Amino acid sequence: MSAIGGVGPDLVGGGSLLQEIEEAGTPGPPVTRRRRRPRAWRLVILVIAGLFYAIPFLAAVKYSLIQNDGSFGFANYSAIISNGDVRNALYTSLEISAISAFVVIALMLPTVVLVRLRLPKLTLMLEGVTILPLVVPPIVIAAGLAHLQGSAPEWLVKLWFNHPLTGLTPTYVVLAMPFTYRAIDTGVRAIDLRTLVDASRSLGASWAATLVRVILPNVETAVLGAVFLTIAICMGEVVLSSIMLYNGVLPVEMIQIGAQSPGISVAISILGLVFVFLLLFSLSFIAGRRRGSNSVRVI
Amino acid sequence: MIRFEGIQRQYGSVRALAGLDLEIAEGELVALLGPSGCGKTTALRILGGFDHPTAGRVTVDGKDMTGVPANKRDMGMVFQAYSLFPNMDVRNNVAFGLRIRHEDKAKRLARADQLLELVGLTEHADRYPHQLSGGQQQRVAIARALAIEPKVLLLDEPLSALDARVRAQLRVEIRNLQQRLGITTLFVTHDQSEALSMADRVGVMNSGRLEQLDTPEQVYRHPATAFAAEFVGAMNRLPGRIGDAGDVQVLGQRLTVLNAEGHQPGSACEALVRPEAITIVRDAAGAGEVTQRTFLGASVRLEVLLDGGQKVLVEASSHDVGVGAGTRVGLRILTESVVVSDPGVAPDPEAVPAVA
Repeated sequence: MSAIGGVGPDLVGGGSLLQEIEEAGTPGPPVTRRRRRPRAWRLVILVIAGLFYAIPFLAAVKYSLIQNDGSFGFANYSAIISNGDVRNALYTSLEISAISAFVVIALMLPTVVLVRLRLPKLTLMLEGVTILPLVVPPIVIAAGLAHLQGSAPEWLVKLWFNHPLTGLTPTYVVLAMPFTYRAIDTGVRAIDLRTLVDASRSLGASWAATLVRVILPNVETAVLGAVFLTIAICMGEVVLSSIMLYNGVLPVEMIQIGAQSPGISVAISILGLVFVFLLLFSLSFIAGRRRGSNSVRVI
Repeated sequence: MIRFEGIQRQYGSVRALAGLDLEIAEGELVALLGPSGCGKTTALRILGGFDHPTAGRVTVDGKDMTGVPANKRDMGMVFQAYSLFPNMDVRNNVAFGLRIRHEDKAKRLARADQLLELVGLTEHADRYPHQLSGGQQQRVAIARALAIEPKVLLLDEPLSALDARVRAQLRVEIRNLQQRLGITTLFVTHDQSEALSMADRVGVMNSGRLEQLDTPEQVYRHPATAFAAEFVGAMNRLPGRIGDAGDVQVLGQRLTVLNAEGHQPGSACEALVRPEAITIVRDAAGAGEVTQRTFLGASVRLEVLLDGGQKVLVEASSHDVGVGAGTRVGLRILTESVVVSDPGVAPDPEAVPAVA
């Protein structure tokens, strides 16, 4: 196209100029050129992004495979399995994750449904309240809890703070709230909530049955997203757990091991990354399966 | 029997229902007809237990249902929006109510199949809602509502989202099904042809009140109020004058007034006359001239401009009328009694006839 606006040789060679104008007017080849360029750019961006993520990951994998004697092997990984503290910390963190995810969903799903159906005026307030855990820094929450831990009566300390499961789960439920609220709210917005609830109620279902049998299966992807986000928070949160001196959870254990044996620490990080990747992959698989089933719409 | 007794519903400053009294007999289909915001859906939702009246009560077979939650009322409901559960196939959608009632699995699935046969969708039992057309989805919704053998069937504009052909077909199917099962039904619609063709009785609603409750033919032929007359069917507003003996002088004819109360003899009024209640004859010395001719298939709708400037709609069989635009015609009202506009409403000679 630059030849059209150019001067000199193009003006002399009038025939070639005309030919170019005609070519520019035809829809064939220029369209192909326009399509090719973005594809090339996409590939370049993909490669750059891929390298950006892959190089540190592969470097970490390589580092985790270096054994004490300098040779390559799975010693760091087998050390994780044989290390009872790491195993226990992993179990505790998984327990905290599972309970936190269950509690936060059990709290947020009925709340979102109630607010959307009966108390729409509270939507703005709920959005404000659920964003608070993001606004208030974890260090402030930790300081508050540490103060409570120090000043609370002994029975409360025994009941609440003696074990990471009881000590951290309520806090993680609060930390996961902003993400779960938004994930569930998006899922609920995507369905005709009022009609489905009314239909279920008219057929004799109680509120609990309506929630479990009608709403939950129809916001399954959103709820799974919320669950995975909660698990990711629970498996990675380190500020609160270390300030409150809960050493028996995975992130704190990783830091401690990292100080003694960096290889094992990196190996745990990689396993954690793979675990989260598998979670996200299964979520996108479920979502994709649902989209696929919708696409076979007959009419 | 269903009874609405002085039902009122207030939403802030808006009064959705202003004292609704209504009785629906066993096995009867009553259609509530009215414009948007007239309170018809509110009445249905109050009967279904999805809304609660500000005052008054609802009884079913003498039992006060006002405080009973929706899931304890034994009422099947079909909604305007597609309401099938997307996560269940058609068979399980229909069987849902029985599952909630802890019915044995084999029994409830057999019952679901029975009902699917009733609505002609046996071969679609394993499909999911998104694999069905709108009409099929509403058929399944009807089967699902009937599966629980409800005392009352509530239909909230179930045909309004469907195309005209499917709507006409489902209209007949629903009516046949309702008559076969003898189920008491409350049907809410803003479509007058739906109400007139399906219901045993039609209730015309306006501003939260029931203007008239009668058989479709009575509502059409002998509307109780000017609103009922104008909302159901097309209507001409012809200038007239109230006579001494409860009659009205319109287009040179003397007709009986159906709603004479409140009208002073000698006062001007508007007589409401249906287009098909007027006949025309070709007459060079007639009172008006045909300005527009619309062919509707079985009938022809003519717009006649009277010499006084009044427009009159006339509808006649397309076989009988051969006049076109520009022909001078004489008019004659066929009916002997008419409804006149409410007192205080000034006649407007330029008013365009209401066409529904």
